[in-house]
Amino acid sequence: MIYSDKVMEHFSNPRNVGTLPDADGVGQVGNPVCGDMMTFYIKVKDNRLADIKFQTFGCGAAIAVSSMVSEMALGKTLDEAVKISNDSVAEELGGLPKNKMHCSNLGADALHKAIEDYRAKQAPAAREGEAARVAHPAHKTDQGCPYCEGPIDGTKEFCGKCQVELEECPHCGELTNKNAEECTHCGARIG
Amino acid sequence: MKRIYLDHIAATPLHPEALEAMLPFLKEKYGNAQSLHSLGQEASLAVEDARASVAALINADPAEIVFTASGSEANNLAVKGLALAPRDKGKHLVLSAIEHSSVLNAARSLDKLGFKTTLVPVDGTGLVDLAQVEKALTKETVLVSIMLANSEVGTIEPIAEIASICRARAVPIHTDAVAAAGGIPVDVRALNVDALSLAGDQFYGPKGSAALFVKKGTRLQPLVEGGIQEAGKRGGTENVPAIVGMGQAAEIARRLLPERAERLGLFRDRLLDELPRRVPEVVVTGHRERRLPHQASFCIRFVEGEGMLLHLDLKGIAVSSGSACTSKSLKASHVLLAMGLDHATAQGSIVFSLIEGTTAADIDYVLAEFPPIIERLRKMSPLYTEYLKERSP
Repeated sequence: MIYSDKVMEHFSNPRNVGTLPDADGVGQVGNPVCGDMMTFYIKVKDNRLADIKFQTFGCGAAIAVSSMVSEMALGKTLDEAVKISNDSVAEELGGLPKNKMHCSNLGADALHKAIEDYRAKQAPAAREGEAARVAHPAHKTDQGCPYCEGPIDGTKEFCGKCQVELEECPHCGELTNKNAEECTHCGARIG
Repeated sequence: MKRIYLDHIAATPLHPEALEAMLPFLKEKYGNAQSLHSLGQEASLAVEDARASVAALINADPAEIVFTASGSEANNLAVKGLALAPRDKGKHLVLSAIEHSSVLNAARSLDKLGFKTTLVPVDGTGLVDLAQVEKALTKETVLVSIMLANSEVGTIEPIAEIASICRARAVPIHTDAVAAAGGIPVDVRALNVDALSLAGDQFYGPKGSAALFVKKGTRLQPLVEGGIQEAGKRGGTENVPAIVGMGQAAEIARRLLPERAERLGLFRDRLLDELPRRVPEVVVTGHRERRLPHQASFCIRFVEGEGMLLHLDLKGIAVSSGSACTSKSLKASHVLLAMGLDHATAQGSIVFSLIEGTTAADIDYVLAEFPPIIERLRKMSPLYTEYLKERSP
């Protein structure tokens, strides 16, 4: 099996699956082109995440990451929850295969987007810029391939190992899939 | 736990008789087939026997068989070897859009040498349009390479008809028959092709055994240059055990093919008919009639292939998917996209491919275990939620 026992456990029995019709915040990331799509719904009470539900269209890692993020964030204050990083989710899951690391990015991003959505509804003007920055912390890839993280020979436009066409994201500067509609790092629309 | 292997297109199990035939060549019969002493001659005779068996499977002459280490190598040898063979011709290739990556990428590497490639589109069932092939040919065309059957969607292409078009224009034609050979009757004379790839691990031979048929009189530039092995078309010491195993598997395939195809065809049809009845919103991929007898493929809408694959694996069922997540490159299958499916639908790709030992009970088990898995995955799919919302007023 390519996944750790913990990943398989969360994949087989995902926590907090579903929707919240009266959610205080909703965050959606990804698209079917890159393979994964996640929607997080949150209920906030006394500045804490009182309830979290998610729906995920995606691979085993994406489902396990969503489940883990929801478990890690439930009951936390909003400030604590936005600190949940992609790395900490992957670590909590006992590691992810290198080419699945971007799934963990999506998980935390979806949660952060839901919090951003909630905060924007609370105080639309003041919070917008700050929340956007928090939602997409910078990643360090040393400009390797975003999927296998391996070095790229010659031009930076193609990872021969993964057979993916790459380009630098005009927003965050990291290498991302040229054919994807959103940057795999910052989620900015590039298609 | 029950173990049901339905991933023929990835690899078939080794036939016990093929293993038996191989064993002496992994043990006491270790000679190099090029050596003049008796150990070497023993190996050489075994290789020539195997060559005759593989040739018989596809109605070729033994001298037209070049053994390679994989179907991918055979495809590379065909595409590069035929395109680069010295000829006073141009630098244009014609492929179908659904070729295996070993054909597509071999052609891509020729771009650097100034070659241009035209990809012929396919219709919604994966069939290549003959008129489009005709249209794609130019005075510069030096090779047409179109597969005999596609493993991912099962569609069998009209190669004999395509070959007629090529013949009329004196353009050599190669067909990748890796998915087809051993599963359906393959006759290089009836197909009228100049080169054809096949692989032993697609008909119960060992991995690392494959071959390229190259019609007598066809000029071919070798990829591996070395000694005089394989009549100078492929250097390197012959992998005698693999070749012997492939030969034995070819013998068996030739003998059992009609009965096996008929039996597995019934199981395939049951899957193709019954699965969409038990799971709503399912697309059968590929052509319904012109289809490999051991292959049933679908796109299950609103779910992603890897999730299905992992859940099925937990139930002991091994299958394949062409979804982006199951591929290391995280790109959806170029085959499904070429057939006009949208990305989201292509992500739900799943391929059941049957093997010799598949039973009616196996198919029943799959049909019973599959619907609840889809129900679970759809419950957590945002795309399915959207779909339900759109349907209810």
